[in-house]
Formats: sequence, C-alpha cells, structure tokens
Amino acid sequence: MPKTVLTIDDSKAVRDMVAFTLEPQGFAVIGAENGAAGLDALRARRPDMVITDLNMPVMNGLDFIANARSDPAGMGIPIVMLTTESAPDMKQKGKAAGATGWMDKPFDADRLIAVTRKLMG
Amino acid sequence: MMEQAVAAFVQEARDLLTGLEDQILELEGGSTPGQIDEVFRILHTVKGSGGMFGYTDLAKFTHCFENAFELVRSGTLAVGPDLIELSLEARDLMVEFLDIGSDGPDSAALLASDRSAKLMARIEEITGGSGNALAPGAAEGAGGPAAGPAPMTRFEITFRPHKDALRNGMRPELLVRELEDLGETDIGFDLSQTPALSALEPGDACLGWHVDVMSDCGRSAIDDVFIFADEAALTISEEVLEPAAETGGSDLADAGSPAAGAKPAAPSQSPAAGRASESIRVASSRMDAMMDSLGELVIAQARLDAVSDSIGDTNLASVVEEVQRLVTGLRDATLSIRLLPIETVFSKFRRVVRDLSKELGKDVQLVAEGGDTEVDKTVIDRIGDPLAHLVRNAIDHGLETGEQRSAAGKNPRGTVRMSARQEGSEVLISVEDNGRGLDRDAIRAKAIEKGLLDEATDLSESEYYNLIFQPGFSTAAQLSSVSGRGVGMDAVRSMIDALGGSVDVVSRPGLGSRITLRLPVTMAIIEGLRVRLGESIYVIPLSTVEECVEMSAADMESRSGRMVLQIRDQMVPYLALDEIFGQPHSGQETRRVVIVRINGNEIGLVVDDIIGQGQTVIKSLSPYHRDIPGLGGATILGDGRVALILDVATLVRLALKRGGPTLSKAA
Repeated sequence: MPKTVLTIDDSKAVRDMVAFTLEPQGFAVIGAENGAAGLDALRARRPDMVITDLNMPVMNGLDFIANARSDPAGMGIPIVMLTTESAPDMKQKGKAAGATGWMDKPFDADRLIAVTRKLMG
Repeated sequence: MMEQAVAAFVQEARDLLTGLEDQILELEGGSTPGQIDEVFRILHTVKGSGGMFGYTDLAKFTHCFENAFELVRSGTLAVGPDLIELSLEARDLMVEFLDIGSDGPDSAALLASDRSAKLMARIEEITGGSGNALAPGAAEGAGGPAAGPAPMTRFEITFRPHKDALRNGMRPELLVRELEDLGETDIGFDLSQTPALSALEPGDACLGWHVDVMSDCGRSAIDDVFIFADEAALTISEEVLEPAAETGGSDLADAGSPAAGAKPAAPSQSPAAGRASESIRVASSRMDAMMDSLGELVIAQARLDAVSDSIGDTNLASVVEEVQRLVTGLRDATLSIRLLPIETVFSKFRRVVRDLSKELGKDVQLVAEGGDTEVDKTVIDRIGDPLAHLVRNAIDHGLETGEQRSAAGKNPRGTVRMSARQEGSEVLISVEDNGRGLDRDAIRAKAIEKGLLDEATDLSESEYYNLIFQPGFSTAAQLSSVSGRGVGMDAVRSMIDALGGSVDVVSRPGLGSRITLRLPVTMAIIEGLRVRLGESIYVIPLSTVEECVEMSAADMESRSGRMVLQIRDQMVPYLALDEIFGQPHSGQETRRVVIVRINGNEIGLVVDDIIGQGQTVIKSLSPYHRDIPGLGGATILGDGRVALILDVATLVRLALKRGGPTLSKAA
C-alpha cells in the first residue's frame, strides 16, 4: 500500500509537477484545486501527507490547515505549505495554524522528494 | 502527464511574463516594495518553474535578472532607467524562449546568442557581478554535503518540539534518525517538561532532545534537518575540531533555512492572483460552437413563436412565453461570456507608447481610462491593429516635440489618452492627444494634390477631417519609420467597418485631436429592423437607424433624379435599395425611407415596407456573396426564410459618392 500525498493547488501545473515527481518514487498522489476540495479529499482518501498552496480561491491554504487540524483525518499528518519567498510572514501564520513545514515556491524535484521522505520517514 | 504539466507551465509562464511587462512599466513611475516583490516573484517563478519543466536555458537566462531584483529588494540596488530598459528587453527574450520550447539546440542557441549575452553582460554590469558566481539554481539547492568537505565539527543540538508538534505532523524521531545519518551521534532526552502520568495528554509533545553530532557535513546540512522546526525550540552550537583543507563556502547561508527566510517584506497577496483563480480558460472554438447553437436556438424559438401564434392555443402560448424568457436569459448569459474587459488591449499600449516616445524623442504620458469596459472577444482580437495605428499617429503626427510644446506654452510632456465607455449597445473607444491638432489647410492642400477634392469645393470642418480616412491620404511631410507604413487611416476605417463600427474625428487646432471608434458591444446577435423589398426581407442594424419616413412616388419623380430628400431643414441623400441590389421596381405608390446615420453622415434607404424589429443572429455570407458591396451578413427568420443584413457603412459611402459635390452644396 503506497503512501498517499494530497497536493492542493489551484495551478494544475504545480499539481501535475508534484504528481510527476512523487509517483515514480512510489508515492500515490491525489490532487485538489482549493482548500475546500482539499478537505473533502482529506476526509475521503485519508492521505499520509498534504502539500498545500496558500493563495487559492474558495478556501485558502491557511484555512485549510486550520480546518484539517481540527479533523480526525488531518490530525498528526504532515502538512507542508508551499509559499513564495516574498511572503515570509505567511510561514509564521501557517505554522501557527498547524502546518508542519513549508517549501519555497518554486521547488525543485529533489527538494520535494527529500522533504516528502523526511516527513513520512 | 508530464506533457500536460509542461503545457500548463508554458501557459502560466506566458501569463506571468505579460504581468511582468506591466509591473516593470509601473516601476518607471516610481516603485513600491510591493511592486519590486512582485517583479522578483515573477522572475523567481519563471526561473524556478523553468528549471522544473525542462526550460533550463530560460531559467539560466532569467537567473541574472532575478538576481538583480533580489539586490533591489534588499536595497543594494536602485531601480534606474537602465535596469527597466534591460528588464523589458530581457522579458521579450524570455517570451522567445517560451516560443522556442523546452531545452534543445534552439534554446541553447538563443542562450548563446549575442542578444542574450549582451543583456546578461549589461545586467551584470549593473549588479556589479555580485551573486552571479552562484550557479543558477544553486541558491535553491538542498544544501547537502555535496558542496565539499567542511571541517569536522561537533554540533551540540538541543531540541524541544512545541506542545502541538505531534498534532501538527512533526515526527521528532525522524529528525533524530536523520542526524544519525550525518555522523556519529550521542542522543539524550530532556524529561524536565514531562508531566506526571495522570496529567499526561497523549497528543502533546513533551519530550526534549539533546543530540551531539560529530560530522564534516557542514552547518547547513544540520540546519536542513531542522528546516521545519521552530527556531525558538532549537539551539545548535558548533565546535570545529580540525580545520579542513579548504574553508569558505560552508558559511554560505542557505536560502532554505528558516533564519534566512525571515526577511521583512511587504505582504504580497497580490489581488491579481486572486482574480486569476476565479476564472476559467475555455478554448474559443468551444465558445463559438456554443454561440452557434444559441443562434439556432434563437431562430427555432422564433419559429416556435410563429407556429404557436397560428395555432392560438393558450396553454401552448404560455409555454412558448416561458421558453422565450429562458432563451433570452441564456442568450444574455452566453453573450456576456464573450465579453472581455478592454484593459487587456489597453495594457499592451503602455509598452508601445514607451518605446515609441523613446524612439521619437518625445516625452509622452499614456493615460488609459475605462479599461473595465467590456467588449466582444472578436472586437478585442481585432481592435489591436487599428488602435496601434491611431496611437502611433497621435504620437508621431499629433504630438509636437518637447521644444515646440514649450514654445507654445504647453507642458513639454505630451499626453495620449485612451478611453473606453459603453453607450447603449455600443462601446466608444477613443484615442486622444493634446498635440497640435489636425491642420485643416494642410489636409485641404493634400486632398487637392491627391485629386480627392477639387479647388472650388469647400467642406465643413468635420468633412475635412474625415478626408484623412480616404485611401492613400497622409499629411506627414516625411514618412517616418513609425507611422505611415503604407497602411493609412483608410485601413483603420475599413477594419472598423468590418467590425460593424464607425469612426469619428474631433480636432481643435493647437489643442489636440480625438478619434473615436464606435463599436457594437456584441458581434454575434444584433437588434435589427426588418424591411421588405419586393418579395425579399432585409435587416438593417437598429443601432444605425435614426428614423423612418414615407415618400410617395410623386415625391420621387419631382426630384428628377437628384436623389436627395428633405427631412425638416436638412437635405439627405438616399439610395433606392431595389436599384442597388438589381431588383425589379415594385411600382408601389407610397414607399418607406429608413434614415440611417453612420460616421456622422445621414442617408436614406428606400424600401417597400417596414416589417418590425427583433433579435437577429448574424451568420456570415458564403465566399460567393461576401464581396457584394452593401451586404454584411445573413440571418434566418422565424419562418425559416433567409434575410440579408445590410452593411450600412458601405451604403453610406456609396450614397455620398453619388451625391458628391451636389450634396455638400445642398448641406
């Protein structure tokens, strides 16, 4: 049973990139295009880790994290946010909301794999 | 999978680069930290994503510009005209990289080309070469030990995860295991914060850790283990045990560490990003297909109406009414999908005006107003060229040089104003300059020289101005490379005609001129006036119709071929449509004249009868009929018959040509 990563991003390019990078490494990747869809996927699919964008329509990444942490499905799993370097204050807000860590956008494939392995062991 | 991701990247990168142009141009008027951040973010994303999606050459090229804006962001470098100039040129080259496609001989050639090399050399001149020693992408590297052997060091690490750390997905044991991989470790626990068993909350993290690591991995590798840890909960002290052969390099702060990321910067949740995510992209062919079906639906609904009327059943009638209401709603919704803000066109001109003003040595300011006015996509697609021509003309011919302006007591900086607004079912787009205005005498002289006007004729002010739309007319004594490339204002007019619009000129000597384009908001469905000519039905776009009058056969006779009609105190030329379209004369006693107005000119169109008005779905004519002057399209009527839609602009010109000098005397 492969470990499942949920990637939440309104950019299909980023979701595809995450999937393309992690799937060959033996992870299963599912996607959602905003925080609300992400919560649905989280409850339905019980991923082992979440990678979420912050700035998204409908429900942004911070709200997603806060909601996920108060849900049994989201408690205790790593949630990594993707931030742009120009928003360092967002990292603090994200951590306060319950994010495990962050990755700067854009990210390279090796870094993504390294972070994913680091968090899931 | 990857192809889709790459395609998505290319599309996103294009959007970003379009935004980048705007952002850079805005820097010209002074910069805010937010704007600099945005420029940096775009370059950063293009570089980073470029690297991810196989556009490494693009990423390499972008790197030095990202670096320049990094320096600007940190306050080391100021934004000057040089940097803006270079960045704009670089942006254009980045678009070329995208056009070329992913890494290959072509992109490598472009990267190695003189243009790229020069731009990169010039930007390095500005940045003083600082930071460029870094290989592209190295700043994002994972900071692993690959950077070279660091001195053997003993790291003393204490780490106390936050109480919520476990709930937040942190797994301290993984961190410890990672440290074990780096070198020889000595691990201990700190139980001082652990509560008594009765008070223990299973989800809380209450263990602290002491870890000593002996490693030559370098500090950055240690930092990397704790990238997600709170600085407050972590202390790392280091003691160098033996000097390595080489020092340096290992002290480079790595960009991924939390400490390095804690730069103060303005929050940059750009509103643009939010806006973009609220819309979806649809291939325009799908929209056209939808429009076609809708057109058929409107026609079918008209037939249904007719059938229901003939049956006269009240139940049927009420259903038909309901259907009609729904169809109208669907039509409006569909048409509104095709509407785009004209801002998308306007924004391109900031660059055009800027480059042109540099080229011509004129200081020009562009003011754009009403960018949120929405027009049909077809208009957006086709309005660019005519507008570009008008803007070029305004700067090249309209605006004086700085000296001339100062001498005339005007602000040496000229203004070109582009504005758009909606008026009823039309959109008015105007290009206005505060330059010298049109020279009536020069126009007259030129028109006589070109044989467009004879010496004896005098025209009204606006008629003179309208001469500039005649084919082959150009008042600039010398053709510059900027305007006057063979396409003149006549090309503008014919392009606007093709869109079913009209052009109007207003000018004041010494104060400037304004050219206004009047365009229909939507191109697919118009409100039309149905008229009968013999057995055939024609449709006249209602937006051009001024009024309808009657004319008796006797009336017509008495004018003895002068083809002018008196409407109140005005003489209006008219065309008998049956004659124009080669139809037999109906011989009807009383006929109707529809007075239409376009480009400020009024003419009458003589028809047999007026049937009514209604929604008209425009269908294009077959190639065989397309060249018939006076016809703009066709439509299908409720009873299934085909009706032709009149091209009023062409008919007006035809009538004026016929009326010729007689007309202007009479008027």
